Amino acid sequence: MKVPWRARPVVLVPYLWLAIFFLAPFLIVLKISLSRTAIAQPPYTPVLDVAAGWQGLQAFLAALTVDNYAFIASDWLYLASYLRSLELAAISTLLLLLIGFPLAYGMARAPRRWQPALFMLVMLPFWTSFLIRIYAWINILQHDGLLNRVLLALRLVDTPPAWLASDTAVYIGMVYSYLPFMVLPLYATLERLDTSLIEAAADLGCTRWKAFWLVTLPLSLPGLLAGILLCFIPIVGEFVIPDLLGGSQSMMIGQTLWSEFFLNKDWPVASAVAVVLLCVLLPPILVYQRMQARDLAG
Amino acid sequence: MLRLSWFNVLSLALGFAFLYLPILLLVIYSFNASRLVTVWAGWSTRWYAELLNDRAILEAAWVSLRVAVLSATAATVLGTLAAVALTRFGRFGGRLLFSGMLYAPLVMPEVIIGLSLLLLFVAVGIDRGFWTVAVAHSTLTMCFVAVIVQSRLLQLDRSLEEAALDLGCPPLRTFFTVTLPLLVPALVSGWMLAFALSLDDLVIASFTTGPGATTLPIRIYSEIRLGVKPEINAICTIMLAAVGFALVVASLIAKLQDSDQSLRAPGGRNR
Amino acid sequence: MQSPGIIAPPRAFPSWRNSDARPLLRLEQVSKHFAGTAVVESVSLDVFEGEFFALLGPSGCGKTTLLRMLAGLDSPDSGRILLDGKDLAPVPPYRRPLNMMFQSYALFPHLNVESNIAFGLKQDRLARSEIAARVADMLRLVRLEGYGKRKPHQLSGGERQRVALARSLAKRPRVLLLDEPLAALDKKLRGETQFELMQLQAELGLTFIIVTHDQQEAMTVASRIAVMNRGRLAQIATPPEIYEQPNSRWVADFIGEVNLIEARVLAAGEGQREEQGIVLASASAGRLRAAQDGGSAAGDTVWIALRPEKVRIARERPAAAADNCVAGQVCSIGYLGDISAYKVRLESGWIMKAALANMTRLLDRPIGLDDHVWLSWPADAAVVLTR
Repeated sequence: MKVPWRARPVVLVPYLWLAIFFLAPFLIVLKISLSRTAIAQPPYTPVLDVAAGWQGLQAFLAALTVDNYAFIASDWLYLASYLRSLELAAISTLLLLLIGFPLAYGMARAPRRWQPALFMLVMLPFWTSFLIRIYAWINILQHDGLLNRVLLALRLVDTPPAWLASDTAVYIGMVYSYLPFMVLPLYATLERLDTSLIEAAADLGCTRWKAFWLVTLPLSLPGLLAGILLCFIPIVGEFVIPDLLGGSQSMMIGQTLWSEFFLNKDWPVASAVAVVLLCVLLPPILVYQRMQARDLAG
Repeated sequence: MLRLSWFNVLSLALGFAFLYLPILLLVIYSFNASRLVTVWAGWSTRWYAELLNDRAILEAAWVSLRVAVLSATAATVLGTLAAVALTRFGRFGGRLLFSGMLYAPLVMPEVIIGLSLLLLFVAVGIDRGFWTVAVAHSTLTMCFVAVIVQSRLLQLDRSLEEAALDLGCPPLRTFFTVTLPLLVPALVSGWMLAFALSLDDLVIASFTTGPGATTLPIRIYSEIRLGVKPEINAICTIMLAAVGFALVVASLIAKLQDSDQSLRAPGGRNR
Repeated sequence: MQSPGIIAPPRAFPSWRNSDARPLLRLEQVSKHFAGTAVVESVSLDVFEGEFFALLGPSGCGKTTLLRMLAGLDSPDSGRILLDGKDLAPVPPYRRPLNMMFQSYALFPHLNVESNIAFGLKQDRLARSEIAARVADMLRLVRLEGYGKRKPHQLSGGERQRVALARSLAKRPRVLLLDEPLAALDKKLRGETQFELMQLQAELGLTFIIVTHDQQEAMTVASRIAVMNRGRLAQIATPPEIYEQPNSRWVADFIGEVNLIEARVLAAGEGQREEQGIVLASASAGRLRAAQDGGSAAGDTVWIALRPEKVRIARERPAAAADNCVAGQVCSIGYLGDISAYKVRLESGWIMKAALANMTRLLDRPIGLDDHVWLSWPADAAVVLTR
């Protein structure tokens, strides 16, 4: 059905909104990543002076510089931050997969009557404040928190270990926050799985474990991929969890960006960091887009 | 229906324990009379009382609430329009870019979205505050609403809309009298999701807020950095209760709607 | 407002044979393509007022697409659709005087039965009292009085179907389009509903166009059938004509059971010509004789279409039959209750089908498996097909 004339606003309104508040900002980030800091308001230069017309534009373009990118590339701090983020995200995603898959599988195999309730139970933490849940973990993981008290009581350790300000705490926080993002797409795919396929495999001589490897796992790949992407991509740029639960030795890129922006007040460098991060994440984002578009196109 | 193996049951039990234990502890400790988490001094509601005296937190809560309601409503409208455009309008010019922009915020790290929006507001010279946060949240959450509404639209039997057209109802009226009533569950859950996301957001709010528009997460975050405080437990419990209540209400509404419309069309194969 | 009156359509002279009659609906070279493939290709047909017209064909032949184009839900890529001589192209579906009954019934789940039926009437902005009266009439027509306040999910499949019918008839459309309306019903209910539909159509004097893949259904209800294959029109004729005089092998094979024998037309003189008709030679069944030549000429390769029930099967060779007579061995018998379907392997190796009505309640039959039998048929039972 071609778009009738009078129905144009239906497309145009959200389109314009997104173009202004999503697309345009990225272009601005790009522009600022090519600028220099200045003690001025706004704290960067050059600023495009529309009134100056064509000459203004030429002067503007001439003042752009790639110094910020050179700076990032030369300083080991930034590279380390990117690599650490990717590494942490990869491990977190793996942990999420190992914990989320059995959970999703259990949900999908549960009796039909229970499934909506189980679904609700998985979603419920997601509706509660993300900050609250991290805070809950701080409660548990702190030096005299619940975990240590249990460990001491069970005499599993002699001195309470320090959980906070460590990679372990960050992993726990990541897994805790992103579990719904892994479980839900997996569950959606597993739930749609035709159980008669597994029965056919059993009929043809497969043990339960083999049936899982040869039938269930391959068929759950779409949900698997969606879950992996939905977790990995945002975790790379995660800020709150490493900030509250992690140590200060090395920062994730989200923290680097934050400190560059709010502490150093160096907007151009922060923008350059953001642009590079976006480029790094662009391939998986595009993969995710393709999947979504194909999936929702029915 | 396949039987649940012990492994299934174990993974379900462990998984849900993992999810809920911290929250449960939080709620319990909000009633702890002692300030220290290590010492249990009996049940008490003193932290709730202290909360009521904490001006800063209450104001922040009020700001968050208003931002959440506003942005959720805007997001629902925008997201529904976008979903309708994508599912009912076939291939239109710029569709690829449109769907790209729509799905991207679902995965993009919030620091990038927050930073870019802040830079936009600065470049254009808009003062940051209540409205910029609301706009930022609307932009982020409209994508979630669009996904929910879109999947519901795809499930809808297209022949219902075609039947309305066939019976003399022009397209716009068909949308309001046939499609929209059937979309209500998706709209409600979309609104609620947008509301929860907005209420909960820290990063984007931090970037795009201004003086006088401190949101609750920002407030809580700054308090947390100073150390664990029992009042935080109290406000967290309140938020949990509010969300839990809203969810129960929503699922009851959904149940009522569902029994109304759980219509299995006989042999309903669409060509 | 009057209740629907009884108008008896003129049975004496079918309108499609009357060259003066103007068709109610005319399709001219209508085509539609989806993603490069032609779903409907150059279809031209006329539908006259008062007809119960059927579009019949296998899945994917384009019949439903054609119906949707009539309703206005899809538009043709080329060709015209004319209603009463006026081109329907600029008219959107909500302004066409045709209504459709959907295969999935498409009842609005959030409205009750009355509101569903009244939906179309409300769009026309009729007076409330008139709408109420019309709805009551419709409920009476489909025998669902008292069901008005129920919601669709509280109805059975058959009841929902009747509501869908009532809803599509409420606006008194010029033409009612039915998209496989009986597909979801069980056999018994289907038979009853077919009969009800025919009665309704005759009583109200309306024009129905039904899409179906069920040949029996089309043959039962329709006044004329248009058989479609892969987007093209194969044949338009009355049920008896379609069955007894198919115009191609495909149609002959699609409708009912048939024996298709490949043969060559012999020239006059190559064989005896005592009666009228032509003589043919076939590799599988020997010499054949057909009463009409079906437009073929001597030397042509044609196919003989022979319906199994026209084939006589007997233990003894029929006397004085030189042509249209072959010997074979019974290789399978299908007992279908009312008829027995025999498959006979001829000397040439080819298998021929014969069908006999079970006229007597025989428990041991005269003809059994592996029996040697003779098959024969009269010359006018065979139809010569040139394509």
